[in-house]
Amino acid sequence: MTTRAPRPAAIALATATVLAMSACGGGGFDEGSDPTGQASGPAELTILIGSSGPAETDAVTAAAQAWSEESGNTATVTAAQDLPQQLSQGFAAGSPPDVFYVSSDTVASYAENGSLEPYAGDLSNVDDFYPNLREAFTVDDQFYCAPKDFSTLSLIINTDSWAAAGLTDEDIPTSWDELSAVAEQLTTPDQVGLTTSTEYQRLGAFMAQAGGGLVTDGTATADSSENVEALEYVQSVVELGAWSFAADLDSGWAGEAFGNARAAMTIEGNWMIGAMSADYPDINYQVVPLPEGPAGAGTLTFTNCWGIAAQSDNIEAAKDLVEFLTSSEQQLEFASAFGVMPSVESAADQWRADNPDFVAFLDQADVAVAVPNQVGVSDVVADLNAQLEGLSSGDPQAILDSAQSNLEAIL
Amino acid sequence: MSSRRSRDAGGIRGREAAAGWLFTAPALVILGLFLALPILMAAWVSVSDWRGQGSPFSSSVGFVGADNYRGILSAESGLPARDFGTALRNNFWYVVLVVPLQTILSLFLAVLVNRKVLRGRGFFRTAFYFPSVTSSVAIVIVFLFLFSGSGAVNKSLSWLGVNGPNWFADPRGVAHVVLGVFGIDGAPALLSDNGFLSLSWWEWLAGPSVAMSALIMLAVFTTSGTFMLLFIAALQNVSGEVQEAALLDGASGWQRFRFVTLPLLRPTLFTVLTLGLIGTWQVFDQIFVGTQGGPAKTTITPAYLSYTSSFLNNRWGQGAAIAFILFAIIVVLTLIQRWVLRERGVPKRKRYVPDAAVVGTTR
Repeated sequence: MTTRAPRPAAIALATATVLAMSACGGGGFDEGSDPTGQASGPAELTILIGSSGPAETDAVTAAAQAWSEESGNTATVTAAQDLPQQLSQGFAAGSPPDVFYVSSDTVASYAENGSLEPYAGDLSNVDDFYPNLREAFTVDDQFYCAPKDFSTLSLIINTDSWAAAGLTDEDIPTSWDELSAVAEQLTTPDQVGLTTSTEYQRLGAFMAQAGGGLVTDGTATADSSENVEALEYVQSVVELGAWSFAADLDSGWAGEAFGNARAAMTIEGNWMIGAMSADYPDINYQVVPLPEGPAGAGTLTFTNCWGIAAQSDNIEAAKDLVEFLTSSEQQLEFASAFGVMPSVESAADQWRADNPDFVAFLDQADVAVAVPNQVGVSDVVADLNAQLEGLSSGDPQAILDSAQSNLEAIL
Repeated sequence: MSSRRSRDAGGIRGREAAAGWLFTAPALVILGLFLALPILMAAWVSVSDWRGQGSPFSSSVGFVGADNYRGILSAESGLPARDFGTALRNNFWYVVLVVPLQTILSLFLAVLVNRKVLRGRGFFRTAFYFPSVTSSVAIVIVFLFLFSGSGAVNKSLSWLGVNGPNWFADPRGVAHVVLGVFGIDGAPALLSDNGFLSLSWWEWLAGPSVAMSALIMLAVFTTSGTFMLLFIAALQNVSGEVQEAALLDGASGWQRFRFVTLPLLRPTLFTVLTLGLIGTWQVFDQIFVGTQGGPAKTTITPAYLSYTSSFLNNRWGQGAAIAFILFAIIVVLTLIQRWVLRERGVPKRKRYVPDAAVVGTTR
């Protein structure tokens, strides 16, 4: 008999295990698949944001409070430590936040697995968003989520170095040749003319100026001659010694190298405004549009949207909240609180009046292209970035060829 | 075997088994709930098309067989397979260098601080053990500063006239760099055209990147202290009489270490190597905090890749599949190592008993 003793215990354990597993299974399934499970009465919304700092958290919290008072619902703002991870956990557990930030390069992956409610087409202010931002959040012809704000890349110039090199406003570069010329003039033993990171998210601006891009109308065009031309141009300036990459200047990002006066120019987005005043208040700088390439003006844009979880019980209230948050007035409040640019055209004039020194960022909105948003592109871009780290001594054609084959595999 | 033994012990003591199960139940339930259950769930996820939406056991999640495994192993799937090959290559070099180095260094330190004539032994023991009790995140950050392009390490190297690399930004493979010194820059066609897991043999032979080498030094630095402690404990078990006997037989200092002390340390050596092997194949925190897989993906490891494919790319099946392949690698290597370190000339029955007494009696 004693040999049998373990059996009941083992069976009990197995039963408990199976029960526990099915319990885990039940909850998520019911919530996930029931489209009519919308709550009635005042809604309690949770908002998860990937905040850049206390200024952003406070501003979003204040806006959520204002909406709560106006609408009679409640909205709680949480600043995520690690947004993608916390979102993944929320979705897997069947209890995601109702409203959250989604970046344009991950929107397709969330849309594809059914996490996102494609609500943005229903908003009353839908036509007010910039067309290229709408496109950034459009997957399979569905406009998924409303852009909350955006940034573009501009040329940032250290005005003291500029004057010291004997340059004037006349010399502000408007072509690639002029850019390499001033970069060379600005290069001193202590300071390099221009610095950027090596990633596609910066060098891609030159591809746009050459008329290229990674994806054109849904087909992979990474190995186009325009892209090769752009990278060869970058290489040529690096060979002149007038352009160093941030990592080679011991900097985590180009803004750090610029702020520490190790470079006289950099190419960054409007987040530089906040970074410069917080970390490097002593550096005098000026923001001008990027120079034009062989195919004209071009820059990259980066944007996040207000995603609404398809699993949310309060989709209608969430839409109302997003409409409030993306209104012209509210976006201008965000702009003054933490230096973003409104995603709606109706707020542009007021933003220009409020930020006369930084209009270059907004002036380039029409020529800005977003990072491609197809599923899997973020991996291809990550791999491209890994190879671009070796650009100074690498072969642009070979780098782009491998990106091309990776892109063809996913498109 | 065991059932017969328990039957022999049965009869009057039958009730003890029930009591035993009762007392171990809390531990079993906790282990089952937090260890066995998640592993089973992960096993299911690795053969399912779950995309991180709700429960993996809901009816909308389908069984896809070995698709996830094929996705990271077959060269046809492109980027994911290449990433996995790269991660295995990186981690392979990390293990090959860290495990022997940390074992030798910790044994060396243990012998050093175990000497009774050493003044301030307590101080040295604490000093060597200190990195092990410090938060690994803090150490990684200190290393990031030490090994930055203009950091302390390169400063010291410059005194010796060496122009140090920009450690954490340098993706060149160390073996490639060394070969480059001898003028070998490209690979022979045999190596560059053939390969394993989407990487050519030439890429496999790259060795750890310069950035990974810095992480290797970090790992050796932090773990040697822990293993030193294990070796000290083992060394203090080596009785003085054995040493004296060897001394009388005319053994030199080195001979006593090599032929008396080291064989007596075999069980500890097994422990240290096993723990080292498991720990190094699972390296994650240093990558997550320090390099995020860069430069040029030369520090991605399977554990880190598993995290990014699951949490950042929503490809949970692939992430789980990577975790299981990693598990298989660790188990196989541990078995191989156990076989290599087995007691030779001991009756089979006692071979795998890591017990110093066995060693003592057979000598």
